[in-house]
Amino acid sequence: MMQWLSMGGYWMYLWPSYLLTLLVLVLNVGYARRSARLARLEALRRVQGAAAQQGRS
Amino acid sequence: MKPPATGVVSPGKAGWRLVQRDLRLGLRRPGEWLQPLVFFLVVTTLFPLATSPELSRLRDMAPGALWVAALLSSLLALELLFREDGQDGTLEQLAVSGLPLPWLLLAKTCVHWLMTGLPLVLAGPLVATALGAPYASIPGVFAALLLGSGALSLIGAVGAALTLGLHRGGVLLALLVLPLAVPVLIFGARATSLAIAQDPMTAPMYLLGAIAVLSATLAPLAAAAAVRISLE
Amino acid sequence: MDWTWFHRFGSPPHFYRIAGKLIPWFAWLAALTGVAGLIGGLILAPPDYQQGEGYRIIYVHVPAAVLSTMAYAAMATAAGVGLIWRMNVAHAVAASCAAIGASFTFLALVTGSLWGRPMWGTYWQWDPRLTSELVMLFLYLGYMGLRDAIDDTARADRASAVLALVGVINLPIIHYSVDWWNSLHQGHTLLKFAKPSMPPSMLVPLLLLMLGFVLYFAAIVLVRSRGEVLRRERNARWIAELLGAPS
Repeated sequence: MMQWLSMGGYWMYLWPSYLLTLLVLVLNVGYARRSARLARLEALRRVQGAAAQQGRS
Repeated sequence: MKPPATGVVSPGKAGWRLVQRDLRLGLRRPGEWLQPLVFFLVVTTLFPLATSPELSRLRDMAPGALWVAALLSSLLALELLFREDGQDGTLEQLAVSGLPLPWLLLAKTCVHWLMTGLPLVLAGPLVATALGAPYASIPGVFAALLLGSGALSLIGAVGAALTLGLHRGGVLLALLVLPLAVPVLIFGARATSLAIAQDPMTAPMYLLGAIAVLSATLAPLAAAAAVRISLE
Repeated sequence: MDWTWFHRFGSPPHFYRIAGKLIPWFAWLAALTGVAGLIGGLILAPPDYQQGEGYRIIYVHVPAAVLSTMAYAAMATAAGVGLIWRMNVAHAVAASCAAIGASFTFLALVTGSLWGRPMWGTYWQWDPRLTSELVMLFLYLGYMGLRDAIDDTARADRASAVLALVGVINLPIIHYSVDWWNSLHQGHTLLKFAKPSMPPSMLVPLLLLMLGFVLYFAAIVLVRSRGEVLRRERNARWIAELLGAPS
């Protein structure tokens, strides 16, 4: 196991690469979903605002 | 009084008239147009001050210093290209005139280059000699700067059109134009360093020439599209 | 040829619905192929003759690099479609590609740098491929900066579309730079279909991870695009129906 982790001595370069990749992938998922959620809420608010206006008039 | 007939001017004549107009307007305020040149001279002076006055070391740095300074100066100068005409509505008039907008923008860019780029092309070889380049390198440096500064003006015009009228557009303009200007920088500096070393500089010059021709044909099209988008 | 499918894609409610159905598929398949590729690459594949275990960085570096250019191509294509056919959905897709494309470009540069240090002895070289990849990162940032600076969405869409298209010229430079110049970076390995230079035990995990990255990219772009489409829609009716708001 330790031998695998040390990756023939290259662990200093290899594991940071993989961890950075994982970080980037996870962050992108987070930000993408957040952006979509905010857009959805904003659209709903717009729609409800328009509906309320129509109801009033 | 009968209004002037529209659509009777040929694109060639319209372009020429636009060139004359821009030259006349530009020469009214020479100070504005000389600023990029002054900036260029100041920046190139900074290099020997910041590093070492030893001529042999300066000679190695000269191509890079020259081209970075030229690039930054042309970026500053780009502010002038569409600013006035964008604000007072002339650009809009050109866009709806029915004349080919890419051609008109090419004319404007040429005048702009004459007033801001050409001074750099003339001063550049002299600055290079001040940085240790041999006198024999002057024609080569001149030729490289000629092609490169033309390409920079054309590429810059696209950026200027995209950022027309934007708040704090200056920094964004630099951010947009610099990546596109990188090939010009690389080949221009390479050509210049070959000229200084008195080696044949044909390879980078061919590439610079190709970039210049490509920009002259495509950049006006992109700039015209961008101007129309910015004016909507 | 029947182009109705193309124009149907351009209809925002249609796109929103279909994208919503596709996302879980892409996401799960991405995870599956990714894990399979990782196991293959980190555990099953043998060490390299020259580079030992260090070559395994290839399994994140190459997918990131390939996706960085692919994302730009997708962004430029979507931008072009949006510009020519005046399709809001296309502009929404283009906008969605930028952040993920820039991320992949950054990742390609950093992993490449970490790979270069033990193999070539240096973290960075101003060779054509690395430089043009860096230029592409700047192009992405410029694209996002331009979008950010323009308040009017329509103008932002169209201006950034022009910028994206102008920047396309960088893509062949990135791809062919290893052919045109003698440089530090490795030449074409994967596209030599006649005789690939990698043994299957090493190649298969790489292909799996590349596929995984592509599916991941598609999922992310679709998630973001749905939000972007909503932002561009003024017509309340389909939004109300689809999102279940009282109208």
